[in-house]
Amino acid sequence: MSKLQNAIVGGVRTAMGYVPSSWLPGGTPDPLIDKRVALGTQQSRIDGPEKVRGAARFAAEVPMERLTYAAFVHSTIARGKITQLDLAAAEAAPGVVLVMTHRNAPKLALPPPIGLTNLKAAGNNILPVMQDADIRWNGQTVALVLAETQEQADHAASLISVRYEKAVPRTRFEEGKAHAQTPDSLMIEPNRLKRGNPDAAFKAAKARMDAVYRTPWHNHNPIEPNAATIAWNGDSLIIHDATQMLNGTAGSLAKVFGIKETQIHVSSPYVGGAFGGKALWDHQILGAAAAKLAGRPVRIALSRASMHRLIGGRSQTEQRVALAAAADGKLTALLHHGYSVKPPHSACDETFTLAARSLYKSESYDIVQHTVDLDLLANTFMRAPGEAVGTFAIESAMDELAHELGIDPITLRRRNIGENDPVSGAPHSQSDLLRAYEMGAERFGWHRRSATPRSQQDGEWLIGMGCATGSFPYARMPGMSAKITIDSNGHATVASAAHEMGMGTTTVQRQHAADRLGLPLEDVSVRIGDTSLPFASFAGGSSQTASLGAAINAASNRLAGDLLRLAGNDTPLAGLRASEVEFADHGLRKIGEPSRHESFVSILKRAARNEISATGESGAPLEMLKFSMHSRSAIFCELRVSEVTGEVRIDRLVGAFDCGRILNPTTATSQFKGGMIMGIGMALTEETLLDPRNGRIMSASMADYHVPVHMDVPEIDVLWTDIPDPRTPMGARGIGEIGIAGVAAAVANAVFNATGQRIRDLPITPDKLF
Amino acid sequence: MTPFQYQRATDAAEALALADAGRCRFIGGGTNLVDLMRQNIETPAALVDVSRMPASIEEEGDGGLVIGAAVRNSALAAHAVVRARYPMLSRALLGGASAQIRNMATVGGNLLQRTRCAYFYDAAGSNCNKRTPGAGCDAIGGFNRNHAILGTSEHCIATHPSDMSVALAALDATVHVSGTDGTRHIRLVDFHQLPGTTPDIETVLRPGELITAVSIAPSAAAAHSRYRKVRDRASYAFALFSIAAGLDVADGRIRDVRIAFGGVAAKPWRATRAEQILRGAVPSRENFLRAAEAELAAAKPTEANAFKIELAKRTMVAVLGELAGERA
Repeated sequence: MSKLQNAIVGGVRTAMGYVPSSWLPGGTPDPLIDKRVALGTQQSRIDGPEKVRGAARFAAEVPMERLTYAAFVHSTIARGKITQLDLAAAEAAPGVVLVMTHRNAPKLALPPPIGLTNLKAAGNNILPVMQDADIRWNGQTVALVLAETQEQADHAASLISVRYEKAVPRTRFEEGKAHAQTPDSLMIEPNRLKRGNPDAAFKAAKARMDAVYRTPWHNHNPIEPNAATIAWNGDSLIIHDATQMLNGTAGSLAKVFGIKETQIHVSSPYVGGAFGGKALWDHQILGAAAAKLAGRPVRIALSRASMHRLIGGRSQTEQRVALAAAADGKLTALLHHGYSVKPPHSACDETFTLAARSLYKSESYDIVQHTVDLDLLANTFMRAPGEAVGTFAIESAMDELAHELGIDPITLRRRNIGENDPVSGAPHSQSDLLRAYEMGAERFGWHRRSATPRSQQDGEWLIGMGCATGSFPYARMPGMSAKITIDSNGHATVASAAHEMGMGTTTVQRQHAADRLGLPLEDVSVRIGDTSLPFASFAGGSSQTASLGAAINAASNRLAGDLLRLAGNDTPLAGLRASEVEFADHGLRKIGEPSRHESFVSILKRAARNEISATGESGAPLEMLKFSMHSRSAIFCELRVSEVTGEVRIDRLVGAFDCGRILNPTTATSQFKGGMIMGIGMALTEETLLDPRNGRIMSASMADYHVPVHMDVPEIDVLWTDIPDPRTPMGARGIGEIGIAGVAAAVANAVFNATGQRIRDLPITPDKLF
Repeated sequence: MTPFQYQRATDAAEALALADAGRCRFIGGGTNLVDLMRQNIETPAALVDVSRMPASIEEEGDGGLVIGAAVRNSALAAHAVVRARYPMLSRALLGGASAQIRNMATVGGNLLQRTRCAYFYDAAGSNCNKRTPGAGCDAIGGFNRNHAILGTSEHCIATHPSDMSVALAALDATVHVSGTDGTRHIRLVDFHQLPGTTPDIETVLRPGELITAVSIAPSAAAAHSRYRKVRDRASYAFALFSIAAGLDVADGRIRDVRIAFGGVAAKPWRATRAEQILRGAVPSRENFLRAAEAELAAAKPTEANAFKIELAKRTMVAVLGELAGERA
């Protein structure tokens, strides 16, 4: 992330300002925005029945002959060297096939880091994997055991004893801050933003607030653990993985093992939740290395403890927000500074200041974030990276300012939302956060809220209401491709190495392809989840639906041309160009002249063809540089706080979303609700206990790492503006991440409304209310 | 998990005959012991499964109950007499774990649960005097928001995790134990040990002894009682603080009161000082607070769990207040 990158992106942005919209992707609104048949209707997930019946096969369930099972031994120090490894008992234990340590592990190159520019990279923790005696974090794998059963592997692993020469680890956030780095850029944004004269604005302001907010480490706990079944066939590697980065994993493992990507086959048809935690980590590399050494296939299903030690989490943050405003609430200064952990071997920025750059206009800005280097496993992305924790800070701060000014929190936001992007000045592709606030406020009954804290009580329970904005940037990845094949029965199959982590990719893209191709749903199939299919970008950053949508659209355009050529002259379509036809009624027809139509079946039959295929690619997302594009939400929370115990119990959540067109209300509702429930965890319970003395995670189990249980989850209402975004495929923006954003702030703001206590340190556990 | 032998016993005599005191553990529902074995914290060479012993709840003439050690937590919580005459026990049981775990967990096993201190559980990477006497305690100076404030020692600040035992302590239950030397009865409040210099010794149970039953006697305070558990999430979390309390008021004075705390000590903490102050006193908020303060005067918190003192006081005052209010 360099100054050069800033200059290039800045240059392209400037150039984009002069480029007419019509030249860009999304320049002409997608016709499907108005011509929806299947899109926008409620469709149950295609994969639902298979999952309910247990027929869907996940990564750790693929059967193989002569399978071995892996167990991991983790380091118990954060920094130092292995001086002694006692393996004899483990090697002699029943069923043991292999004990692998740095002494016998094969040579393995570093994996290439995840990035926006290399879609063949999925590496998270860019450190040597079992190549030397050095210990670099508490939890690093020091030995891997393969055995005939999981129980035998686990037992043998427990018999291994390791001695270390300890070095003083750097595991204290507070101490690390003194040596913090300041990156030049964050994703594609410059990091430092200073505009106007914030100091003068703070001095002159009618109202101001200045506070520090803290969020803890979070760990990934999807229902399916990170898992893989791995086998070598000669020099070719097959890995049944649980991943959101199929081609990234293939490309990375090719580099690690020094083979060609074509020698690696990654398959991941079903993933039980990913949220950023399912890319390439050490376990797949070690599993493949061990499979090679043992000459047998390997199964890995990480224990919850191993997940905490080998799969990175969301970094803790410390964020200072200061706001200054005129009497009418208009911001005159917005300061957002802070720290997160990002060791040099991490590929992931925790971009917590992005929301503050795009939500509200202010006369002056002072925004910058710093990274702290510690001896820890690399941090990684977790649902709404940056925004989940960033909105906690900025949206708590807005609530504090509203209270200070005596202005309704929604009114304060209304007065500060601008026409265009507040920093770049770029026009929004579509944005109507205020409509979301209106809809949400009405559904929630915001008018019943008293602005005075502690004014509503039911016995020992203080009742409070709060709201907050959620935000997540739109992203569409280049390089996503899809192939459409139409067979002699007129049935279309869409194929892409895209990902299904449970959010409904196949279901929604089937709806999309049906409408795109003028077919009923039952005439469309979607195949994804395997690198034998056309190349795909990762499922991350809420980008997959738009990216795959663009690829399918591109493929359909190519298909139209190919079909016209195949149809020849003896057809009602004779003489037409691709731009003059549209897909309709199982075939192609002339736009504006429906009688000039021929069906797919007829075209193929006349040409004596069994099928026709076309492949399309998503193309450069130049619209992201010309327009300001964000999904947004207004989150409302009503809760109770016990005056006796400090327990917080949420009674109601409402989320009103402005994310373009909603493609499938059923799957979208689940996405939004799931994100909001994760937001409840972030607000009230989730916290990785990382012991600052030695960098050891002391909450490495589901008993100690508290995700919300059913009783923590209240009635949740989800609604959306459904206003199409004219610059995106299908008029839709991403919805996967945004559900979590804003929830923690809405909860914290409601806690303040209930109690008068401002909790700026997540999670809001009872002790903090004493 | 270290390999082990497994045998089943259908009654106490058979269990004792099968048991080899030094190397055997009795297993009930296994909801805690199996976890401990998976973590290599418990490594018994043999298990004798006593979950199939008679699981009866026998009613005595006076409303007292003799509860078989193999009775499942869910069955005990749902028992009509328990619900009617010992509501604090029913509520404590239902406040614990999850429905699935309560369906497995037994009364005997529940008493013998071990602490959920994360440093105790981390056999590979942390020091713990309970696990390895003399090794040191990483919880002191580590994460201890959830740890004990009463009866701690410089060797251990772990809490006992059971909810059921807190109610049983307030009910002054008796633990029935059989060994090769015969049977004996132990007051529940004497059953668990404070850490002192030997945090590895958690109960007065001798090697090879088997819990066969727990008995409770009725009282007006037991019949008018409740259990309140304070925790980080609404269900499936261990107590930050819990209280089992029963109150019997006659002629405007407290005739009998039973109070026990959970989540504050290595044992269910019977609040005898508070009870002493309250017996015979007027059931007022001031007296409840005075009693709570007396009980907690000896508390020695860490920085992270100092809130428990105030939490305990407030919760005790609130719960007794509710009981007094209902009576009036």
